[in-house]
Amino acid sequence: MSKIGEAFARGPAFIPFITGGDPDLETTEEVLRALCEAGADIIEIGVPFSDPVAEGPVIEAASERALSAGCTADKLFDLVKRVRADVPILFMTYYNPVFAYGAGRFTQRCAECGVSGLIVPDLPFEEREELLGPCAARGLELISLIAPTSEERIARIAKASSGFLYCVSSLGVTGTRDKLGGGARRMIEQAKRVSDIPCAVGFGVSTPEQAREIAAYADGVIVGSAIVRIIAEHGRDCAEPVRKFALDIKRSVTKC
Amino acid sequence: MANGRFGPYGGQYIPETLMSAVVELARQYERWRNDGGFAAEYGALLAQYAGRPSLLYYAERMTARLGGAKIYLKREDLNHTGSHKINNVLGQALLAKRMGKTRLIAETGAGQHGVATATAAALLGLDCEIFMGREDMERQSLNVYRMELLGAKVNPVLSGTATLKDAVNATMREWAGRMDDTHYCLGSVMGPHPFPVMVRDFQSVIGREIKQQMLSLENRLPDAVVACVGGGSNAIGSFYEFIGDESVELIGCEAGGKGVDTPDNAATLTNGAIGVFHGMKSYFCQDEFGQIAPVHSISAGLDYPGIGPEHADLFDRGRARYVPVTDGEAVDAFEYLTRTEGIIPAIESAHAAAYAMKAAPALGKDKIIVVTLSGRGDKDVASIAKYRGVKIHE
Repeated sequence: MSKIGEAFARGPAFIPFITGGDPDLETTEEVLRALCEAGADIIEIGVPFSDPVAEGPVIEAASERALSAGCTADKLFDLVKRVRADVPILFMTYYNPVFAYGAGRFTQRCAECGVSGLIVPDLPFEEREELLGPCAARGLELISLIAPTSEERIARIAKASSGFLYCVSSLGVTGTRDKLGGGARRMIEQAKRVSDIPCAVGFGVSTPEQAREIAAYADGVIVGSAIVRIIAEHGRDCAEPVRKFALDIKRSVTKC
Repeated sequence: MANGRFGPYGGQYIPETLMSAVVELARQYERWRNDGGFAAEYGALLAQYAGRPSLLYYAERMTARLGGAKIYLKREDLNHTGSHKINNVLGQALLAKRMGKTRLIAETGAGQHGVATATAAALLGLDCEIFMGREDMERQSLNVYRMELLGAKVNPVLSGTATLKDAVNATMREWAGRMDDTHYCLGSVMGPHPFPVMVRDFQSVIGREIKQQMLSLENRLPDAVVACVGGGSNAIGSFYEFIGDESVELIGCEAGGKGVDTPDNAATLTNGAIGVFHGMKSYFCQDEFGQIAPVHSISAGLDYPGIGPEHADLFDRGRARYVPVTDGEAVDAFEYLTRTEGIIPAIESAHAAAYAMKAAPALGKDKIIVVTLSGRGDKDVASIAKYRGVKIHE
């Protein structure tokens, strides 16, 4: 079983997201360790991009902070290598930074530094071939997304995907929401009809209650903006409050 | 054309949430573009509402003063709303109605596309929201109020460089949250398929008219067709009909800003590299890490770090040539055209006129250059005054 597959074998997985290099690399390293301590099952690190069109204002602002602090993919590769987390690490980034780096070189560096896979939100199923080859050659997972609008695309995507399926809970961009759309459960049912791939739900999950609700029917819960907001609030002193929040989420995910 | 590829360029590089919307749009466009009733309604709006065909005007004084090639101006500035943008917007607004949409959203740079979209929405009874960079709202405050008069809501975009690129980001985000009743009326030959194909088709009326008018005026094809390029819609509209006519040189004029050897320009094909952004593979101004560059042009409409995928392909194939024109050269051409011909061009279009002014004297009097004036320049008067250090009351 792959490292990512194992992460789902122990029950619903808690998958936090942070923007790499926000507010600086030292803090990202502390936050990474805090998330591991809190029991994260997989960690997504955002490689900041100048124009993150799938993100809401919270993660967009984090990307701006990280870029102005000088964060680059290379610095994040080094960081992941240095931290040597037991938890599988995924890089989430837009396609242009990967393309500019060279898909072959980028995936090579991922493999060397212990990054287990990539999530590229502006590389939909139809366009993923050009990155799928380089990923497969180095044993990386290229995570596919499905959205409430995917409908008949869900079966096609689920059948051909590996690692896990990233289920976008609601329309729009990333960001915390008071109420989550009810579509995620139905999307997962559709996916499960054709594949036993783990399904993790993200976009808008911000409270332990929401996490618990999702963990009841999903294989994983992805929490991004809520954590990034804590980092924005506390700056360099964010590791401890992030750890506390992550523990709360982890507990509510595991209780199911 | 699968996924709208032009050579290696184009494609549909957008978040999964939007995929169903662009797939459906492509399907509906295929259906309606071949529908006689749709074509008739679109044609009637172009003729009776937009005022087509637009004039192909022989710029006699400009030609005489420059002393070389004959210069014709394709007068898209005379269209209703004052630019070529109306050609595309009327087509997309009609399509949106056929698709059952009740609301248009659009990005705008200079405000020309926003005004055109707000106009079509008013005409066809659609709700309308425009996204515009805060910096552009300041540069083009009259156009902002025009859009509001037309019933549109104008949303300021504060993120990033607060210009056209960021307005596109904001409109894409808005669309991802609301697709059921909303059509994204994209303003240029960019973005994910089918936009580059669809917008080109709606703009290709420019080149078809140029060819007919040139044949009836001169009984021959022009030697060159020149147009300004941001995303590239008026340029592809001017070029498309001539792509198979190898004798016709196609020249796109990019925003050279303060100079292509300074960081302050938007000359995508001169300085950019291949990348993937805003739904398409094409050339983009970017740094070595693939971060999109904060570009500059005096012209809000050309202040964009990318270019449509069909231009990227024409560039690679050598079928079209792309040249940078600086802010200073564009302002000079703006004033020259105004004084010489009594035509105030959009500062975007002045980039194309500037190239013609440089090229014409070196060409023989038997040569013919067509310059597309994509829009009129009333909106730019205040920026020109500012550039020249003249204080005026708006």
